Amino acid sequence: MELLGKGKKVLLGNEAIARGALEADVDVVTTYPGTPSSEIADSISRVAIYLKKNGEVPFYFQYSTNEKVALEFAAASAYCGLRALTCMKHVGLNVASDALMTYAYVGCKGGHVIVTADDPSCHSSQNEQDNRLYAKFSSLPMLEPSSPQEAKDMTIEAFEISERLEIPIILRTTTRVSHARGVVELNELNMKKKKGKFDKGKLAVTVPEVARKLHPILLEKLDKAEKISEESKFNFVEDFGGKYGIITSGVSYNYVKEAVEDLNLKCKIFKIGMSYPLPIKKLKKFLDECEKVIVIEELEPFIEEQIRNIADIEVYGKGFAKLKRYYEYDMDIVYYSLAKFFGVDYEIDDKEIEVAPRPPVLCPGCPHRATYYAVKQVAPKDTIYPTDIGCYTLGLLPPYETADFLLCMGSSIGTACGFSYATNQKVISFIGDSTFYHAGLPALVNAVHHDHNFVLIILDNSTTAMTGHQPHPGNAVDGMGNEAIAMDMEKVVKGIGVKHVEVIDPRKINEAKEAIKRALEYKGLSVIISKAPCILLERKKKERKIYEVNQEKCKKCKICITKFACPAFYFDNDAIKINPALCTGCGVCPQVCPFDAIEVVK
Amino acid sequence: MKKSIVVAGVGGQGVITAANIIAKAALKDGYNVVMSELHGMAQRGGNVECNVRIGNVYSPIVASYSADAIISFEPLEALRNLKKVKKEGIVLTDINPIIPPLISLGIGKYPPLNEIFDSIAKHCKLVKINADDLARKAGNILTKNIVMIGCLHALKILPIKKESYIETIKETFPEKYVEMNIRAFEIGEEEISTLFFK
Ligand SMILES: Cc1ncc(C[n+]2csc(CCOP(=O)(O)OP(=O)(O)O)c2C)c(N)n1
Ligand code: SF4
Ligand code: SF4
Repeated sequence: MELLGKGKKVLLGNEAIARGALEADVDVVTTYPGTPSSEIADSISRVAIYLKKNGEVPFYFQYSTNEKVALEFAAASAYCGLRALTCMKHVGLNVASDALMTYAYVGCKGGHVIVTADDPSCHSSQNEQDNRLYAKFSSLPMLEPSSPQEAKDMTIEAFEISERLEIPIILRTTTRVSHARGVVELNELNMKKKKGKFDKGKLAVTVPEVARKLHPILLEKLDKAEKISEESKFNFVEDFGGKYGIITSGVSYNYVKEAVEDLNLKCKIFKIGMSYPLPIKKLKKFLDECEKVIVIEELEPFIEEQIRNIADIEVYGKGFAKLKRYYEYDMDIVYYSLAKFFGVDYEIDDKEIEVAPRPPVLCPGCPHRATYYAVKQVAPKDTIYPTDIGCYTLGLLPPYETADFLLCMGSSIGTACGFSYATNQKVISFIGDSTFYHAGLPALVNAVHHDHNFVLIILDNSTTAMTGHQPHPGNAVDGMGNEAIAMDMEKVVKGIGVKHVEVIDPRKINEAKEAIKRALEYKGLSVIISKAPCILLERKKKERKIYEVNQEKCKKCKICITKFACPAFYFDNDAIKINPALCTGCGVCPQVCPFDAIEVVK
Repeated sequence: MKKSIVVAGVGGQGVITAANIIAKAALKDGYNVVMSELHGMAQRGGNVECNVRIGNVYSPIVASYSADAIISFEPLEALRNLKKVKKEGIVLTDINPIIPPLISLGIGKYPPLNEIFDSIAKHCKLVKINADDLARKAGNILTKNIVMIGCLHALKILPIKKESYIETIKETFPEKYVEMNIRAFEIGEEEISTLFFK
């Protein structure tokens, strides 16, 4: 098992965080998956399953139902003195933020590191919010690594800081740190299983009177955090001569370093690793030695604004050269902007090569495709399709176009309530099973209680497919490989009080169509549970059949391509064929072909 | 010393595994390595791009016109990344197109192969191989990524030793597939030597 190895290894930023937590003898790890954070917890999960084979696992790991629950579980553990790590993607912290804001007041005894993995440029996210603002918002300290090695070192240091201050700490990465690989030096592992103890009688019930007492205490802790920041080895200056200053953090530091070398820039670099609270004294001293300064940070002018507050010299940042408040930075942006700041010639070529896009599509044999195909056959044209987040969001693409509106996880059901009131159009809303447990349940209660009139289709593929097939509450195993109690989706939905509920197998297209028709005709809320496993799980299990197009029967109506669009189909000149390397043998396309031209091979 | 390569292809072709093998082999030879990969959706079929950089480097991604080579598992993906390679750099690409599914629906166009190759050859040095065929010769189309690494090695773009690649291949694959993958590496190597160094 590589993550338990020794010496130097090439590790993913996320793996380095996981390793850091193990080296820090973490006791509890919780998460809800989300790109680009998932590999942190997935690595811990694999370690747990591996260690279980040889005996006791020296920590506890859980894929929680959502980020808020993940944070609350870990907060309770840390309050009792255990070390805890909670990982999530940036928008996950929105879900957990209600707990976070007051948890900051209450604090913890054991170190608690909360990882937020941000996604500048929205590589796999619905927005590109800058979660460094959460550090300021919640008055919690924050570290921001630039490389996998730093990600590991900072994780370990974060536990120490959190314990010294008795508050949780935020470790903020971005896609380019979480998903970068680099050489990481591995240190001793010394993992022991521990139990905590709940000390009664402390200020931890945040009624107004208590909250009023706790807020100033938190701010005192933040003052101490600033002293830690002043002394932190992660806030350091590199002097390459000259009077121009560069202040930078996160992945941008790497671009700055190479630009300074390649363009031969005489400057001083202030690398910020603890970015909240900032080391104000150290920064003032740095600014005193500079004639002008430029801040290179992605997204919000988080550091820049604080520098502007204290600087007497000219500060360059957002709006200068190619430095923007949106999208991630890259080498070109940083080289160009620094060259401009230093008055050095450097040209970049903004022309992009026009190439046909190749977006990901639903896999061949994906059960979501069958559901969407069936829906499109029977739903009226102006049906509104609120959707949700998961593989099935790809229903957005033609030919399905079964996605009209999306805000965040769970929004399919809440917005369906609203659309069904606001219009006279039919509403068919889609949500995945993992998303349903994450944020769909309260909205469904709302829909039942007010008897809103729409169809909800729960796409139950038995996994959290999009983020890497993590287990969820519908599965009979948990993230440590232990037996778990699986939710029964049908019972859950009926238990909440939905009257019209049907469970279908979308791979039987005609039956699926009939069920959808019945649901559309039903007056009031109806739920269809469209149940078939993600094909990537199925493929591992059984021998597959393969299908082919019988060229004699094929009349070239192209329905299999233009309406159903399984990517295993392709045109060979004029003939329509199935690529046997891609066909998963799901058996749906023969039901789509009006001429029975699709047949099992042999 | 600074060396950068871009490994490109389509989801499911083993691009990330290939990039990882190169990075690990570089570490075995004592080089500093930084690389980037974009994980995103589980689904197959999207374009995938990894950057591998070794030596005195910090950034996990390359600047425009700075990579020493592009190793592309598919011709259109070579073209998509062309701006990243130096004028004096090399594009090594497989010649078997994978048509993006949206094109079958009439969205976008797959340019004729000779147009793709002309654009590349105008920009830098182009090396074309039929890696699918070579992988089948090695025993399985899935060894295509290792064929590509064999070719990369023979082109002498990176200062990594053959033994380090072989060691890494041994550590990466289950024992029963090791021999086939080593064969794939050597078939790739040989292909380049017969193309150039006869
Ligand atoms: C608050 C929040 N947490 C996590 C994510 C990342 N994420 C996107 S989709 C998804 C779950 C997908 O699972 P499911 O609903 O079962 O659909 P599937 O991909 O299996 O079709 C997750 C965790 C997110 N976008 N927002
Ligand atoms: S990973 Fe599973 S759920 Fe996602 S597109 Fe593929 S088959 Fe569908
Ligand atoms: S059986 Fe048909 S629909 Fe299913 S994967 Fe094969 S070609 Fe695609």
